Amino acid sequence: MQRANAVSGQQSGGEGSSEYLTFTLGSESYGIDILKVQEIRGYDCVTRIANTPPFIKGVINLRGVIVPIVDLRIKFDVGEATYHEFTVVIIINVIGKVVGIVVDGVSDVVALPAQSIKPAPEFGASLDTRYITGLGTLNDEMLILVDIEKLIGSDELQIVDTTAENPLSEVASV
Amino acid sequence: MTTPTGEPDGIDLKRFNQVFFEECAENLAEMEHILIELGEREPDHEQLNAIFRAAHSIKGGAGIFGFDDMTVVTHVMESLLDLLRNREIPFAPGMIDLFLEAGDAISMQLAGHKEGKPVRQEAIDQVVGKLQQLNEGACAKESCKNPSPAPSLTARSAAGSLLPLRYRLTFTPDPEIFNRGIRMESIISELAALALPGEFACRASLAEVPQLEDFDPGLCITRWHFTLATAAAREQLFEVFMFAADEEQLQLEELPLAGQAELPPSAAAPPLSEAETASVGRRAYDSNEAAPGAFGRRSVEAESSIRVNVAKVDQLINQVGELLITQAMLAQIVMGLDPIQHQALQRGLAQLERNTRDLQGSVMSIRLVPISMVFSRFPRMVRELAAKLGKQVELKTIGESTELDKGLIERITDPLCHLVRNALDHGLESAETRVANGKEPTGTLCLRASQVGGRIVIDVIDDGAGLNRERIVAKAQERGIPCSESMSDEEAWQLIFAPGFSTAEEVTDLSGRGVGMDVVLKNVQAIGGRVQIASEPGEGSRFTISLPLTLAILEGLSVAVGTEKFIIPINVVIESLQPKPDQLKSVNGKEVVQIRGDYLPILRLHRLFHLEPEVLAPERGILILVEAEGERGAIMVDALLDEQQVVVKSIETNYKKVEGSAGATILGDGRVALILDLTELFMMHRKS
Repeated sequence: MQRANAVSGQQSGGEGSSEYLTFTLGSESYGIDILKVQEIRGYDCVTRIANTPPFIKGVINLRGVIVPIVDLRIKFDVGEATYHEFTVVIIINVIGKVVGIVVDGVSDVVALPAQSIKPAPEFGASLDTRYITGLGTLNDEMLILVDIEKLIGSDELQIVDTTAENPLSEVASV
Repeated sequence: MTTPTGEPDGIDLKRFNQVFFEECAENLAEMEHILIELGEREPDHEQLNAIFRAAHSIKGGAGIFGFDDMTVVTHVMESLLDLLRNREIPFAPGMIDLFLEAGDAISMQLAGHKEGKPVRQEAIDQVVGKLQQLNEGACAKESCKNPSPAPSLTARSAAGSLLPLRYRLTFTPDPEIFNRGIRMESIISELAALALPGEFACRASLAEVPQLEDFDPGLCITRWHFTLATAAAREQLFEVFMFAADEEQLQLEELPLAGQAELPPSAAAPPLSEAETASVGRRAYDSNEAAPGAFGRRSVEAESSIRVNVAKVDQLINQVGELLITQAMLAQIVMGLDPIQHQALQRGLAQLERNTRDLQGSVMSIRLVPISMVFSRFPRMVRELAAKLGKQVELKTIGESTELDKGLIERITDPLCHLVRNALDHGLESAETRVANGKEPTGTLCLRASQVGGRIVIDVIDDGAGLNRERIVAKAQERGIPCSESMSDEEAWQLIFAPGFSTAEEVTDLSGRGVGMDVVLKNVQAIGGRVQIASEPGEGSRFTISLPLTLAILEGLSVAVGTEKFIIPINVVIESLQPKPDQLKSVNGKEVVQIRGDYLPILRLHRLFHLEPEVLAPERGILILVEAEGERGAIMVDALLDEQQVVVKSIETNYKKVEGSAGATILGDGRVALILDLTELFMMHRKS
């Protein structure tokens, strides 16, 4: 996990092209920086957490680490939130957190030259433009590039606790 | 003895600070341990050496890391110890207390550097002043006995060998020496300071010159030759190298003194009395060598250890936990196979299970430390408190080698201190009262630790007056704490844990500084423990703290609600039952259950967590009676599943705090289950 962080740090050096993991939400194609992706796995064994928004599906056990699962389809109201054996969870490692996001399907890893990325329009995607870094084109199809770090850290997803640390939590976090 | 380096030469010493702090704390603890053990007795040579070594290591470390204030205290302390060691001043009983005070001063400075706590400089100056007074007293005596021109530091040690001697000293350093933060120039200047004026020469020779391409500028490839005439004793020369060299890297030869070359060897012997002091000094050094770690670096001790970051240990524990889950999964699959066809597989799996259990045990034991870490602080506390209170107390500690989790050790110290203080202040009587009651004048306070099943039990036992039932009940009534005359002794003793029982009214200097027994109970409960009291009037009382073995593992009751499973910490559970319909009542629309005259609120877990339960009627489900922080309630679940030990995991690592949970765990099937936090559940219940 730490290595992934280190690598993502170096990545901002601004080379000619970056690699993106592309996935679909409903009918739209999205891309996220591949270096922020830890792994891809199926959707199973999610433990629900009470009193959370519907897009927080719960937590899973990822080899001993407890990881929250966010369904972006529910959050951005795209596609249909169905869960079957082909449902995919992308495990993201950003800002020191490991978070899983549920998507409709993972398509490919593509390299996009920096100059081919166009600025995002003011509207057009289900995702708020604040989290969109730009639009890429791949085989005549539009690819929405997402700033996943900003999205995970946002208040909107409510994954990062913005309130003060609860002293009781220290007892548990051994 | 490297001089403090203002500029750390590009090596970031900060990251070593932590190591120094730990070592310093260990050295201080060792010093205190020896001093307390001595009581008022005169320390023998070994003990003096041990104290000296501890002080010296602190001084050396403080010097290297630039904590000059600490070097000042340790230096005067060391000087005094050196005088004592060489029998240059007589031992006085007050010195033990003075050394203890000095130890406190150093710990205060340590805390200042480590945690930024305030340092009371006047206290430190006072200790240094006292130490210096003793030092100077000794020096004054020395100097009138043999007027010597050398300044203070060399003057007293010059007593070791008065005639200046000529030495040739060859130092073959370890090539890695610079990496250890040692600088040759400071060694040279220290040696030069010991030498008589104009009698110091230094030459470096190249031991082995590598090929240019192999040359590493970070390595020391030179050998050093020093020629000097000095009035200092041999051991002072060795001390210069204390942190720089192992003994075998130093060669010291005595040379005939320039002006006295013609003297026959026997004539070099100084007058008798001085020869004797000199030989005492030398012998002191020799016996020193035999002691472990005499030469600055600790040699291999009986129990060798390594320092490991706790995070690494926790990672290991996690991974072993995962292994256990994987193994349980495999076992489940194999259960479904035909036993005759897959006999070998089953055998292999059984062996895997044994091995993983063993592995888990070993890994868990890494975090365990002996409870003597806590107990060791009590001899001093008891000694000082007893003196303050004018009581005679004997402290016994039993089961010091009992091991428990390091995290627990840190958090059990305060509650234990409180109990010990209470026992001394309120429990044990004064010598006169004891004699009048036909007891030994000396009271006994016993600290006993043992492992009982999966828990650690710590007893604080005193043979004092015991708890006074009437006074406790009367006081509870006065404070408005619900109680009755007819309650059992056990229930009456529990009254002292009620918040507000101990108030400012009875604050003495020692116990009851506004912190009551309720805080003790709260702190112990926070780490999954319980406190029990047994007391007999006139015979004494026993406070028993029972703790889980480790914070990383929690004993819990697993319960089911709908498809979800939850863990309830066992230490809050009183009992579980299936209520009869006539036990269920309603107060202000809130459900309560009547149990033995008490009405307890029913907390429906499925309502608090918005789940789909299998049973809706309390008389068909299970009620678990719980008590947390003095609040009682009945938690309604579908079914009781199992009592099991679970590994506590943090949810907050990757997510925010989940209301009503004190963490999570991973069950045998690989799923996550929340561990309930009862206090928060009560809060959620009140809000709903």
